[in-house]
Amino acid sequence: MAEPLLQLEEVEARYGPVKALHGVSLTVAEGEIVAVLGANGAGKTTTLRAISGTVRRSGAIRFAGKSIAGRSPEAVARLGIAHVPEGRGTLSELSVAENLRLGAYVRRGRASIQEDEQRVLAHFPWLGDRRNQRAGTLSGGEQQMLALARALMLRPRLVLLDEPSLGLAPRVVAEIFRIVGELNEREGLTVLVVEQNAILALEAASRAYVLEVGRVALEGGSETLRRNESVRRSYLGY
Amino acid sequence: MLLAFDWTQLAQQTVIGLSAGGLWALLALALVLIYRSTGVVNFAQGEMAMFSTFIAWSLIHHGLSYWQAFFLTLAISFAGGVALERVVIRPVERAPVLTVVIVTLGLFFLVDGAARWFWSSETRTLPNAFSTRPITVAGVAFSIQDLGNIAVSLGVVALLFALFQFTKLGLALRATASNPDESRLVGIRVSWMLALGWGLAAAMGAVSGMLTAPALASFDQNLMQPVLLYAFAGAVLGGISSPFGAVVGALLLGVFVNLIGTYVDWIGTDLRLPVALAVILGVLLVRPAGLFGRASARRV
Repeated sequence: MAEPLLQLEEVEARYGPVKALHGVSLTVAEGEIVAVLGANGAGKTTTLRAISGTVRRSGAIRFAGKSIAGRSPEAVARLGIAHVPEGRGTLSELSVAENLRLGAYVRRGRASIQEDEQRVLAHFPWLGDRRNQRAGTLSGGEQQMLALARALMLRPRLVLLDEPSLGLAPRVVAEIFRIVGELNEREGLTVLVVEQNAILALEAASRAYVLEVGRVALEGGSETLRRNESVRRSYLGY
Repeated sequence: MLLAFDWTQLAQQTVIGLSAGGLWALLALALVLIYRSTGVVNFAQGEMAMFSTFIAWSLIHHGLSYWQAFFLTLAISFAGGVALERVVIRPVERAPVLTVVIVTLGLFFLVDGAARWFWSSETRTLPNAFSTRPITVAGVAFSIQDLGNIAVSLGVVALLFALFQFTKLGLALRATASNPDESRLVGIRVSWMLALGWGLAAAMGAVSGMLTAPALASFDQNLMQPVLLYAFAGAVLGGISSPFGAVVGALLLGVFVNLIGTYVDWIGTDLRLPVALAVILGVLLVRPAGLFGRASARRV
């Protein structure tokens, strides 16, 4: 079996004296959508932050055959991991166009960047009309989509998507997941998504991990998890 | 009474005010640049500019022309600013604001002391950057030096604007100032952007110092202390978070302080600094965000 694109082994992370992850192991293969589920405070967001290097972590993290456990967030981004953080990861003082340009900040080659911008805008057509608008003046859903669009501008090998549904209307959330699914199908985008809304996440993902107090409590294919008694009661609500 | 008003004098004094204000604007812009990226006022900005001016003085004394020394000093100041950030500010990058403020205060004394140690405290002079001849525009005589100062100040502001608005590096600098954490996620080396900001600020201060000194009969290590105060007042007037505001604020202040000194007898030249302080106080009371600043609203 080929080595997975991303592999975490016994990863721990802490905020100051507080340990948030107590040894998380997971893998993401190229072209997969993998979901991380769990209650508030289970360590979902921290797991993504451990990968992108925005929290202090230990343990083994391998990406595309390289260890990234000790790397800074900017170095991780340069390897092709685009982290869309929780709560509208846009630079609100800058324009939509500037946000997109920043997404491709580490890339070279003006032509291919412009090409990608057209390709990305095809998924978010309304963004094109608002190129000169300040990102902070967009609605919550629009900002979330801009954050996703900006992540795509990196031409990422892996997107870390943190709680894209947070505070958004169901219709908008469905639209975001539709686009993510489309990108995965058509362009083979690999996504590790953290989501409170387990129903949506399990629909989009092929596999999922359930975190409980900083550990993986359960893992498996989305179908299997959907039928799992405790997952249904705790996260799906029926 | 109205007919007797001397319009020539008003025009001349306005230009003199703009000339001084332009030099304050450069230092104000330096303050704003650092304020936006670190959230603190760099109290050492004036002393760094003074140090640069002394470097220029030494270069000129070793036989360089004014403008040769000017550009060489710019480069040295830029490198010095970057180095200061790396060595002094970097260790407290994530420390509370008060810590960083104390560090810049310490830097004030460090740079000041270093300048007194390297260069004796006797007074010295810098040659004029521009001809001291007057030039007549529409029947009014202006000094070429004042017009030159205004041109250089506005030129530097324009260059900086172009850097920030039209280059990828400028975009990264703005992103860093607006949200460092997000900026790191797109791969910007935020820490270096901060250092670059210090370099740019130091270079702008150097321009301010090297143009301030020639206008004085002589200068010593206290050269930039009043300028820092005026720059601070101008930045507060325009809005400490707004580069545009800082420039406009400093220019307005330059004209205001000069006109009030000219037309209000009891203020004269002695009370100009207190007037600037009164402006700081007044603005902070009435409009804390300044003319162009946005009131800081933090997400909770």
